[in-house]
Parts: sequence; C-alpha cells; structure tokens
Amino acid sequence: MPKLPAPPLPAALKTPPPRPGQQNANAGPFEEAKNASITVVDWVDERTSLSGAARWLMFRKVPKGTNWFYTLGSATMFAFLSQAVTGVFLAMYYRPDPAGGAYESIRYVTNDVFLGQFVRGMHKWGSSVMVVLVFLHMARTFFFGAYKYPRELNWVIGVVLLILTMVMSFTGYLLPFDQRAYWATIVGVNINGTGPLIGPYLSDFLRGGSEFGATTLSRFYAIHMLLVPGLIAALLGAHLYLVAKLGTTAPPWTKAEKRHELRETEVYVPWRTHQQALILAARRPCDEPAREGGIPPRVLDAEGAGQAVLPLRRRQGLDHGGDRDGGHHHDVARSGR
Amino acid sequence: MPDQHNKHKSKYTLDRGMPGAFEGETITRRRFMTGTAHGAGAIAAASFALPALGFAFGPIFKSNPHRWEVVGNIDQFPDNNYVPVVITLQPSIGEAGKSTVYMRKFNPEIDTDAADVDSHTPYIAISSRCAHVGCPVRWVDASERFICPCHGGVYDLLGRRVGGPPVRPLDRFYTRVNGENVEVGPRFSVNSQLRRFSPRDPGEPLDGIGQYMYPSRPGAQKL
Repeated sequence: MPKLPAPPLPAALKTPPPRPGQQNANAGPFEEAKNASITVVDWVDERTSLSGAARWLMFRKVPKGTNWFYTLGSATMFAFLSQAVTGVFLAMYYRPDPAGGAYESIRYVTNDVFLGQFVRGMHKWGSSVMVVLVFLHMARTFFFGAYKYPRELNWVIGVVLLILTMVMSFTGYLLPFDQRAYWATIVGVNINGTGPLIGPYLSDFLRGGSEFGATTLSRFYAIHMLLVPGLIAALLGAHLYLVAKLGTTAPPWTKAEKRHELRETEVYVPWRTHQQALILAARRPCDEPAREGGIPPRVLDAEGAGQAVLPLRRRQGLDHGGDRDGGHHHDVARSGR
Repeated sequence: MPDQHNKHKSKYTLDRGMPGAFEGETITRRRFMTGTAHGAGAIAAASFALPALGFAFGPIFKSNPHRWEVVGNIDQFPDNNYVPVVITLQPSIGEAGKSTVYMRKFNPEIDTDAADVDSHTPYIAISSRCAHVGCPVRWVDASERFICPCHGGVYDLLGRRVGGPPVRPLDRFYTRVNGENVEVGPRFSVNSQLRRFSPRDPGEPLDGIGQYMYPSRPGAQKL
C-alpha cells in the first residue's frame, strides 16, 4: 500500500518506531487517532492514486537561485483565494437591488454585522492587493525572461488572467452602489464604448440596454461573482498545471555548473543559433566563464584567431556535448524525449 | 503495414473487406457512430448555450418605448438662458435613474442651424451628460458655458464644444407642447454642425467617419 512521505521533522520530534511486540502495549488514544487518519488517507489514495499527483505537484525540483520573487505567483493566488472566500460570505448579506437596497445592504454589512467591516475591508483592499501582485508577478516573469520557450502559453494564460482580474475590479466597483460606484461605472462603460464598431454594442451588453438601468447592477453582480471567478479558477488551474509540468526558470544571473568531465573534453561545435553568432560578434572576453548553454572557450578561441563560426539552425548542435543535468534548466533543451 | 493498407484503400467499405459491409457503403460504421455522437453532443450543448447567450445579449437588440415627461409650463422657460429641470431616464432604479436637463425656449435668432429648425423642438432641451465620458455638466450663467467638473469639458450656449476632451456637442432631447405643458421626450445626439443623429453614448464622435465607426443601436433610435 502506498504511503505518504513522512513530514520533514527534526529527529528529536520523531517518535521512534515501536519495538517488535510492543505495538499494542504502546497504543494510546493519540496513536490510535494518528493511525486512523493514516488509514483514511491510505483508503482514499488506494482508490484514487492522488498521492502521486500531489507528489508531482508539490515535490518538484526547482533550479538553483530560486528566490523570494518566485513567490509572487502563489501570493497572487492566495490573494484570489482570499477574495473568493470573503466574497462568498459578503454575498450572504448583499442584495443587488438598484433602488436603494444594494447601498443599504452594504451599509448594513459595514455598520451592523459582526466583523462585517473587517470582512468587507479585506475584500475591498484585497482587490487592490491582488492587482498589485498580478503586476509584480508579471514583471518578475518578464524581467527573468520566464515567458520564453516553452512557457509562452503560460504567459498568454497569465495575460488572460490579468484581463479577468481587471474585469473583476471593474464589475466589483459598482456593487456598493454609492455615488462613486455609479459615476465610475458610467465613465468606465463609456470608455468601453469608445472602441470603434464593437464598442457601442459592448456597452449595451454591459448595461443590459442602451441606458444604465435596473438590470445593470444584477448583470455586474452576476459577472462579478459567477462568470469571472469560474473562469479565473479554471485558468488558474491551467496556469498551475503548466508551471508544474514545465518547471520554473533559473534566475537570469545564474551560471550553470559544468560537469567535471565535460570541462576537459570540449569539442569544437559551432554552437548554437543566430543569437549566439550575435553574441560572438559582441566579442565576449574569453576568460569570462561560459554561461549555461553558452559558448565554450574553444569556439571563442577560433573566433579570436579570425575563423568564421557559422550559426546553425535552431537546436542543431545543442545535441552535442550536452552540458545539462536534470533537464530542468531554462536554457537547455531536453534531447531524446 | 500502413503502406500496403493505403494502396488497397477504396472508398467502399466492401472493397476494404469490412465484415458486414453493404454494397455501395462508403462510410464505416465506426465513423458514423463517432459523427452521430459528436453531433448529438453539439446539439445538446447548443440547446442550453444558445438560449443562455441570447438571454445575455438580448437587451442589445431590444428597442425601448419612448417616454414623454411633463417638465413645466410654457411660460416657465426664457429663450436666452437655461432653466434646469429633472427628468427620469430610467424608472425603477430610484435616484440613479434621474438626470438634469437644461431647458430654454427655441430662439430663431441664435438657433439658426438647419438641424434646429427641422428637428421640431419648440424648446431646446440640452442633456447634462458630458460627451466625453458621461459626467454631469452644469450651466454657468456668468460665463454662458456648460462646464464639466470631471475632465474640463466646456460647451457654449448651443451645447457645442469649445474646449476640453469632448468629441461632440451635448446631446439634446425632443420636446413638444401639450396644451399648457412642455414635455421632454427621447434623447438624440448632434454632430458639430448640429445635425441630428440617433442617440450615441458619450465618447463617440459623430463627425466624418465617426458616425460609421460608432453605429446607432436598435435599442436607441432617433424619432
């Protein structure tokens, strides 16, 4: 029967395994409960094989140099989860009634409900936090070059998630239905309408008619709490799947360690792409250690002696020598897969 | 061997040696069943997706009934200055559905544009909705200008833009006299020559190519 991996506890906290024959004598209620929970987990795992998926998702290899910037994505996700949870509970009190009920229900939540101001505050300020985190996460991806092959699709999904986050901010802004919410939505919908040809129809769709009317608020409410959160959750799943599948990138300043035997036996290979022919043209100093997937000194030597180094197409030449180990570094092709 | 298989491939299932094949049968039963299952799935999905989409997009194509609302007596409005009145654009949403309209009597000396003459408006009713992004403008008597507080749009006595970001003059409303009462009806938009157009949203220019880039919609047509 498959077992979950043991939690990484220090040795002092680990209970020693029972000696043979002592197992029953030692079993207190705590031990019983622990065994019961393990039995339950095992029972589920035997029928679903979920532990494999969990291990695949959680226990991944990450490149050397992984740092705090890599937590911005999960920070964004937790901001979304916080919005989802507080939003569900706010929906228990909110009434999307444009004739005064919406404003009144928000006023009631803020002033009268126990912890109402706190939960609403988390939702309100958390939305700004989420937008800021989305942009920081996007900046990290951009400046670390983590959008490059093979992660382009994850960038695209991320951009859609950014747009959906903006839709959430826009539709959520109307819900308090005070003066600020009303006029901000009037202005926002009219900015929407300035898109040529499709804009006026999009505005009508948002308002549910040619004028801001009774259905506009319920429309925004439905988009805000049903349509877009579902889309965000689905795309978030796809985003996470691709992160687990492709792995994360090393920071751009990280240099790969060469395996010892490769340092001695470098072969003359016109190394890589047009891109590197350009790097050669920039006359990189020979004493600088080669970057991961970079140009070996022998190639640079030839360049120094005035020989032409021809670029090869795409990944040809990468399959020679191959200074790659786990295959999870961002700059190294995975050959033979 | 795929090559050998392809060489003998005929479009008739009988020629391909399929068990139970009929004379003249060209489509395999497996393919037929796959197609049928996909088709049935598509019909089932469309049967709930299409009505739902129509439900969500329907309001775009719905035309609204024209509302006429009494705003005052015929003697109440001068012909050289504006009097603000409040009308209801959208019933059932309370205060949010109301809007200010600036009213003045038709003045043949200043309302000389062709559109003014043939738009059959005995009273000029100027919408307070700024043509930039829809903030409420106010009439400033001293400077004889409509001024928008949001982004600095400025309009003259006829509602034509004289400064700021708006892309067209202020919208107007149809008016009519019913006995002693002045009534305000549906809204229409005007371009910089004060020609009449079906009501547009703010931010949509009507000069030149603008009237085609921002088409009128079924839900809001001029009279």
